[in-house]
Amino acid sequence: MKEPGILARFATGFAGFRLDVDLELPGNGVTALFGHSGCGKTTLLRCIAGLQSCAGKLSVNGDVWQDDNTRLPVHKRPLAYVFQETSLFPHLSVNGNLGFGYHRTPVAQRQIHPPQVIDWLGLSHLLDRRPDRLSGGERQRVAIARALLTSPRLLLMDEPLSALDQLSKREILPYLETLRDSLDIPIVYVSHSPAEVARLADYIVMMDQGRVVTRGCLQETLARPDQPFALEEDAAVIVPAVIRERDPQWHLCRAEFEGGSLWLRDDHQPEPGSRVRLQILARDVSIALAANPDQSIQNLLPARVMDIAADQRPGVTTVRLQAGTTSFLSRITSRSAHQLGLSPGMEVCLQIKSVAIVE
Amino acid sequence: MSPEWQTVWLTLKLAGITTALLMVIGTPIAWWLARSSHWLRQPVAALVALPLVLPPTVLGFYLLLLMGPEGVVGTLTDTLGLGTLPFTFAGLVVASVLYSLPFTVQPLQNVFSTINERMLEVAATLRASPLDRFFTVVIPLARPGFLTAAVLTFAHTLGEFGVVLMIGGNIPGETRVLSVAIYDHVETLQYGSAHLLAGGMLVFSFLVLLTLYLINGRLNNGNLKS
Repeated sequence: MKEPGILARFATGFAGFRLDVDLELPGNGVTALFGHSGCGKTTLLRCIAGLQSCAGKLSVNGDVWQDDNTRLPVHKRPLAYVFQETSLFPHLSVNGNLGFGYHRTPVAQRQIHPPQVIDWLGLSHLLDRRPDRLSGGERQRVAIARALLTSPRLLLMDEPLSALDQLSKREILPYLETLRDSLDIPIVYVSHSPAEVARLADYIVMMDQGRVVTRGCLQETLARPDQPFALEEDAAVIVPAVIRERDPQWHLCRAEFEGGSLWLRDDHQPEPGSRVRLQILARDVSIALAANPDQSIQNLLPARVMDIAADQRPGVTTVRLQAGTTSFLSRITSRSAHQLGLSPGMEVCLQIKSVAIVE
Repeated sequence: MSPEWQTVWLTLKLAGITTALLMVIGTPIAWWLARSSHWLRQPVAALVALPLVLPPTVLGFYLLLLMGPEGVVGTLTDTLGLGTLPFTFAGLVVASVLYSLPFTVQPLQNVFSTINERMLEVAATLRASPLDRFFTVVIPLARPGFLTAAVLTFAHTLGEFGVVLMIGGNIPGETRVLSVAIYDHVETLQYGSAHLLAGGMLVFSFLVLLTLYLINGRLNNGNLKS
């Protein structure tokens, strides 16, 4: 019997730090390990890779990598690991680096081949270069390609963008999206950047002080009003949507999601039919008891109040509402919440001031 | 072969064999010294460095006793049917290996300790076993250190005198090396022959070191760019 998904249970302690997790992660898609630095997310990733020895159990899509009796050494685990900083072998060319893992992968297990990866990551013009002749973004792309060429059953990425400047980050993110959509393997992505998580993740695990605080699918988790991770001003929901039409006259486009549609500025000029992730900040969502079209805010949605939670900051209330099956968060003052008489189950009108496509 | 060339050839052979053996023996010792945190690390490091500070005659004296017919090693080699080692070429090789050990181990240990642990982790995640990692990552990255170690060991063995005299003596074609031959020539006032060997050695040693510095300079420049 093969159990899909990743089961990871680790307990280890060293130098005043304790990691204690018992996790079940989906067997495909991108799982983000999210938290402040020092929360143990990298340690957990290293335990999964076997780079750090810690007592526990680990199975990946039914294969046991570690339990009480066995512990596969790193080189016997069919995984790929992308490190935070540049990790190319300086004594090998780009081609030599790419071949390092590929040649050590048994022929029968090779499912990803150089031409494919070189195409995905746009490396064809770099193959003969030495690592010291590459830009930061190019090096990280080579490192990702090199890792993928072992045809891994699990891809681990430890903040692969954090050592890069903004420009290189923007250059790499589309490649990561391509990978997410083309690979049929689970990806565990460590990050402390809400923007990266919002853009890439399907599932999120929030960690603090070596423990898991919350986990769940990205949309639901971000839409929880009682998030243990106080994102405060940055609290936002992510809504998957499809672009339906563009209005060149007003420079707008309409994105449809489950339960309605929203107009947004046509800055990215997405093709109709393309899939996007919309980010809607809780502070940009206000609540009215009835729809009032005589105002500047154009995006009005009928919605139902689900939960009301006091924010960590005094005087602020976070309200979760649902339009169709999609959850939204609204951050309003506690006085407004009181004056409107909000309570779970109430039908109200959402007023959304601004919508952004995540990038 | 003239006796002079025989001496030169024997010396080069001794230095070559010693260097080759030490590359094999010294590498694991240097790796262990560079990576381990075992309590024996410091004592072993001190032991390896001993030939640097001991007068060669002291080392030669104890080796002579150990490898002689009454010594532990001598008894062992005798029972194995190998005879005793003093005053043989094999004995010289054993002595040279011990005498030049620090000249191999220290440069290697230095270069090994500069190798980023991350490179080994990367190689492990790319399916390379520990031995594979050593040969395909550590050795290429440690190339300048290996070059330095080999040249220093070779040159140091070329010049050894005290140890050879203590345990090898002066048997032409068997244990008579350059430094001993030069000493002989000077003793018997054959300054011309002494000049030939000494001058040759001087030029050779200079050329070897010059080559080493040129190659290392090039390797380091290559590394600096990265």
